[in-house]
Amino acid sequence: MALEDLQHNFLTGQVEDLVRWARRASVWPATFGLACCAIEMMAAGAADYDLARYGMEVFRNSPRQADLMIVAGRVSQKMAPVLRQVYDQMMEPKWVISMGVCASTGGLFNNYAIVQGVDQIVPVDVYAPGCPPSPETLMHAILTLHEQIRTGEILQRRSEGRPTHVEAQANVWTPEVPVTVRVGTPK
Amino acid sequence: MSDPTVRVAERVDLLAAETSEGAQGLQPRSRTSKDELGREVGAVLRQSGLTLDPNDVDYERRDDETMIINMGPAHPSTHGVLRLMLELDGEFVLRTKPVIGYLHTGMEKTGEVLSYVQGGTNVTRMDYVSPIANELGYCMAVEKLLAIEVPERAIWIRMMMAELNRVASHLLWMATNGMDLGATTMMIYGFRERELILAFFEKTAGLRMNLNYVRPGGVAADLPDGWEDDVLVICDTIYERTFEYDELLTGQPIFRNRMIGVAPITAEEALALSLTGPLLRSTGVAWDLRRSMPYLAYDQVDFDVIVGTYGDNFDRYAIRLNEIRESVRIVRQCLEKMPSGDYRSQDPKVTPPPRARIDESMEALIHHFKLFTEGFHVPVGEVYSAIESPRGELGCYLVSDGGPKPYRLHVRGPSFVNLQAVPLLMRGGLLSDAITVISSVDPIMGEVDR
Amino acid sequence: MDARSARDRKGGNAEVIPLPLAAPPGVATADVLASDLGCFPTTDQYFNLVRSFKDEDFEMCVDLCAVDYLEHLDRPLPEGVNGTRFEVVVNLLSLSKKLRVRIRVQAGDEEPRVDSLFVLYPGTEAMEREAFDLYGVLFSNHPDMTRILMPEDWEGHPLRKDYAVGKVPVQFKEAPGPR
Repeated sequence: MALEDLQHNFLTGQVEDLVRWARRASVWPATFGLACCAIEMMAAGAADYDLARYGMEVFRNSPRQADLMIVAGRVSQKMAPVLRQVYDQMMEPKWVISMGVCASTGGLFNNYAIVQGVDQIVPVDVYAPGCPPSPETLMHAILTLHEQIRTGEILQRRSEGRPTHVEAQANVWTPEVPVTVRVGTPK
Repeated sequence: MSDPTVRVAERVDLLAAETSEGAQGLQPRSRTSKDELGREVGAVLRQSGLTLDPNDVDYERRDDETMIINMGPAHPSTHGVLRLMLELDGEFVLRTKPVIGYLHTGMEKTGEVLSYVQGGTNVTRMDYVSPIANELGYCMAVEKLLAIEVPERAIWIRMMMAELNRVASHLLWMATNGMDLGATTMMIYGFRERELILAFFEKTAGLRMNLNYVRPGGVAADLPDGWEDDVLVICDTIYERTFEYDELLTGQPIFRNRMIGVAPITAEEALALSLTGPLLRSTGVAWDLRRSMPYLAYDQVDFDVIVGTYGDNFDRYAIRLNEIRESVRIVRQCLEKMPSGDYRSQDPKVTPPPRARIDESMEALIHHFKLFTEGFHVPVGEVYSAIESPRGELGCYLVSDGGPKPYRLHVRGPSFVNLQAVPLLMRGGLLSDAITVISSVDPIMGEVDR
Repeated sequence: MDARSARDRKGGNAEVIPLPLAAPPGVATADVLASDLGCFPTTDQYFNLVRSFKDEDFEMCVDLCAVDYLEHLDRPLPEGVNGTRFEVVVNLLSLSKKLRVRIRVQAGDEEPRVDSLFVLYPGTEAMEREAFDLYGVLFSNHPDMTRILMPEDWEGHPLRKDYAVGKVPVQFKEAPGPR
């Protein structure tokens, strides 16, 4: 992605803001509803908790046309390669929201059949806890993602040099500075 | 799988190999025996006296005249992770094989590790669209083994919540059915109505879905103050809106052409395949557990059992729409006849004491401790207890060895059995009807795979 | 399991109706709690017993599942029934008579095998595949004895009692510092 390599001046800085605005204002989710969370995801897309206000009511069925994969529900061992295949088919830039505790950590089901956290298969950007998370929680997760896209922080993490998954290093403890993302009025 | 050194083409092969389910999938015709091809019209061919002609199967067709395609676990039909392998001749579907297991959660194994009170949280996530039905089946099984009396008020609360849940489930079905057919307005309507019921659930139980409200011995909490007004608003609104759906869907020529005469099934086939629920009733068999083998207080309320004639998609749609109206009727009667009393059995060995009593009484403290750390013990025995969930007969087979956890918990999910009708219903139909057939069978994959 | 009469207990809220049905001779029976009748055939008697019930208007086979009694090999059973490790439990339903009957066949210890009911009740196809997948019980003459819930290359039968639940210990690593 060439934008980050540019030394920003007035013009290119503005273009980057424009690109980020475009990216976050029309995130198209891919349908990956698996279990109970899928029902709440559909409810979030329906009339009462409208996702169309973010430009997201279009759930693209083809992963090639989607930006966001909301993994909604428990991922079983049989489903794991399918999940990875769908994720690989998405075009960059792509984001993943892990919706619900089953997708985030395995949730209630700590057993042989469920993958204990979908981040073992795909890199996750936002985790939304809940069983199932109410549509408001899902919307908060989506807005958090939008903030991350707006500040460009998400691209910094994914670029080379800063891995998304910090490997455990022996005898070294670095304090992690928490990244505060303020969900406010986008500028 | 995320190894960057593997080239793209090889990764595609790797992933294709990972996602193929080998013998579980549909094999090409040359590799299928004659017996199997004879099954292509569904398992019921072996029964004599049915409408299907065993000579109607063309064994001589070559592999390259037909195409086997995979409608993978992630697909537009919003009915969960069902994988269908279809053999097509142009647009016509010849053979189908559903491959399931993509949502297998090991709930029956987890059920052996959780206590009887925790079991509700596990079981409720099977049929996640009608959680009260799951909990009810499970709790009734536990109570039969415990041989305790459930108070009258708890019975009526359970019945009212079960019927509200049936309305919510059928509304969701109508929404997703409309979406599968392309009528996206129905999706919005269905979810809008469902929000009313979910708001009431949240007020009563604390959660919109996966409530864990029905517990062995009664219900978890009493109905909130002012519940009569809320329920009355729900009943009136939803009853009025069912006529809107009639206007939107039932009389529409496009809808009718897509649903009438599509995927019919006869009563003998349905009984042979062990189908229950709206699928069985659409063939004309008036079997509804609420009427035939009543549980809770269903023998004290008036309602009709809706029965179809032709067993096609339209009948199933009409049955579910009218079941919404019948359930609203039952809820209104619950509203009038709700008795006062305990919402939970007061047996101290099963129900924890109220929190305030723990400060006063040592016995209450000990009971609370034992109930929440170890759980109550259920006498040795086995039981099969069945209820009528929105999808059919939801049964719970429970084996207890006297301990605080079930020895064997098996839930007979109606969708698991109903899914066996899919190859039969799809055969000879068009590919575009394949989606509506799945929708009409109304499988919930959480219950299919458990 | 305890063979006390169902009539002695008022279970839940359903009246237990005495059963006007006798099992065929030669098959051990018991009053099973909250069901009408429980039959305990041997593997040889099993198929014919189910066929005789089907002839007596038990139109639907509602449920078929397997149970692993590894921890309770000495459970109480009616006389003449030798309990084995695996049991296959079949629930039949008669719509015309509104009755249920339960059949518990002792399938075997090491390599459990019973006849498939597919020919009588085609609806048991998926249920028997599930029993095979999760318990390893084989069904003779079943048209498609493959796994149904687990991936094709899975080893082991998960619901057996000697198969662990598969709990993963929960670790809290790299917890963020105080904000």
